Amino acid sequence: MSSLGTKRLGKELAKVSKSLPPGITLVKADDLQEWLLDIQVLDQNPIYAGETYRLKFRFGKQYPIEPPEVVFTKQENRPIPMHPHIYSNGIICLDLLGSSGWSPVQNVESVCMSIQSMLTGNTKNHRPEGDADFVSTNKARPKDIEFYYHDNEV
Amino acid sequence: MDSDEDFLSTVSSDDDIMLDDSENDDMSNGDEFDDAFDEDPDDEPELGLQKQKTPVAYDVGYKVYSPGDIQKQQEEMMNEVNMILEMSKEDAAILLRHFRWNKERLIEDFMDNSDKVVEAAGIVTSVANPPKLEAIDGFMCDICCDDDEGLQSFAMKCGHRYCVNCYRHYLTQKIREEGEAARIQCPAEGCSRIIDARSLDLLVTPELSGRYQELLNRTYVEDKDTLKWCPAPDCENAVECGIKKKELDKVVPTVACACGYRFCFGCILSDHQPAPCELVKRWLKKCADDSETANWISANTKECPKCNSTIEKNGGCNHMTCRKCKHEFCWMCMGLWSEHGTSWYNCNRFEEKSGTDARDAQAKSRVSLERYLHYYNRYANHEQSARLDKDMYTKTEKKMVQLQSASGMSWIEVQYLNSASQALQTCRQTLKWTYAFAFYLARNNLTEIFEDNQKDLELAVENLSEMFEKPISELADSKLKVDIMDKTSYCNKRRLILLQDTAENLANGMSFKL
Repeated sequence: MSSLGTKRLGKELAKVSKSLPPGITLVKADDLQEWLLDIQVLDQNPIYAGETYRLKFRFGKQYPIEPPEVVFTKQENRPIPMHPHIYSNGIICLDLLGSSGWSPVQNVESVCMSIQSMLTGNTKNHRPEGDADFVSTNKARPKDIEFYYHDNEV
Repeated sequence: MDSDEDFLSTVSSDDDIMLDDSENDDMSNGDEFDDAFDEDPDDEPELGLQKQKTPVAYDVGYKVYSPGDIQKQQEEMMNEVNMILEMSKEDAAILLRHFRWNKERLIEDFMDNSDKVVEAAGIVTSVANPPKLEAIDGFMCDICCDDDEGLQSFAMKCGHRYCVNCYRHYLTQKIREEGEAARIQCPAEGCSRIIDARSLDLLVTPELSGRYQELLNRTYVEDKDTLKWCPAPDCENAVECGIKKKELDKVVPTVACACGYRFCFGCILSDHQPAPCELVKRWLKKCADDSETANWISANTKECPKCNSTIEKNGGCNHMTCRKCKHEFCWMCMGLWSEHGTSWYNCNRFEEKSGTDARDAQAKSRVSLERYLHYYNRYANHEQSARLDKDMYTKTEKKMVQLQSASGMSWIEVQYLNSASQALQTCRQTLKWTYAFAFYLARNNLTEIFEDNQKDLELAVENLSEMFEKPISELADSKLKVDIMDKTSYCNKRRLILLQDTAENLANGMSFKL
């Protein structure tokens, strides 16, 4: 990891270990390559009520110039949230996670909050169109997938 | 980005007439530029501006520009805007790129509401202070969290300050990895300030600013509808042509780059005269996808009424037994075989209407397939021959050398073989597309003239091709040389006649069966 990311992630880690916004908890951050965080949707959105979801962050050599890779991971008690922009394999279609929407000023906390609010505001209890196809054929890493951000309403 | 485009497209549709004017203006600017350029003694003549009038119907006017020309045009425009609107060249450049090099629109909008324009393009007007690096006490970079004393940092007019190192990383990433140039924004989230060339020069290595300049050049050509890159590999030229999209069904705008590559300005495919772009697109799609396989399937197979497996009838008997589900049915009426009762092996429901319909559909499909194959085979044949022509060109060069030593002819005296080879290539390219063209052509008296032209050209090409492949000993014969030269010019003439004729008919509204 370049010195660029090390110092920055060190600071971020110090901050998220101390305090995080409600509904976001740090699960594991043993190194500066992969972190796990849990998020919950706090209001009474019936789609997500009572559930906890696990996010996996992976930081590349170019972080924070390049966005981190962020996906939901499925485990016992940690399902993949239902959302028209979240595929059933955990891949999230969110412009701020792609190189054109990312800003190096974003950080783990702000990404978690964006994802949290993306769930909070959602009313559609379904997967993206073509989910089955995408999940069975996609081999690319999330950042190499050319998402077409077709609607910004959800 | 999206909103930019929306904004521009809505305005341009409102101002169609004005846009047309501006395009004419652009052309005349190019002319002035042309003159200035020609006086430049350092200019390489073959890369200079070439102006072609349109003396014949199949030819469109166009100009070829070298990378230097493109750079110069951009600078001229920047200087002009910089003078008229009294702003720095960097700001002028950003504004021009924001307006996709529509200078008139830029000036008009700027006069109208300069604040709005400046805001939308992501610049600030006051340029009292040139961009500089600063070390600020107590500064911490939000990207790397570095807060060392004396840390060099940079901020644009928006005030978002980051350390030089991070800025450099960020720009490198954008330029090298993402190929961005004209619209790189401030690293801050949601800040749409565009990084200008002067700030960029301050921040990045000369190597990277070279790449940046290259990318900026590209956006100039890509932003202008009248400019396109020559698609030939390794060619850096751009071609300017004023053809409008809506004219493409009437004109086939073939242009020839200074590098020798001939391509269609409308669709960037290699020269496809006389067929218009739309036909070419359809034809290529037809050839590429399985539509003809599907045609064959529909002509020769049926689906099992029970399990839907596709079945090809392989014997004369109408009693079909599906291999897969063992369903027994009649091929003619598709009904249950058991219901045929005593009329075994002979369907008495043969003359029912559904039966005749099915047969008609099959026959029609078969005819359509045969028709397609007729044209496709000829198209493919010329395409293959054109591919072989590539080999032939190298062979020609060898032949020319051999001929020089065998017959004592000079270099210039053997050039007729080169011309013959060129003529063969160009004519075959044209012939190839005449078949795709003919496939869609609606039959009328013009068709016959077209087919005659096609036949004449084909005959001439085949004749020349035969002569061309004669052994060296015969090629040295001066009578054959004269014959080849005659045939070469005849081929070229036939090709031009065909192009002229079809171009005129096309312009007059030829009818196609699509």
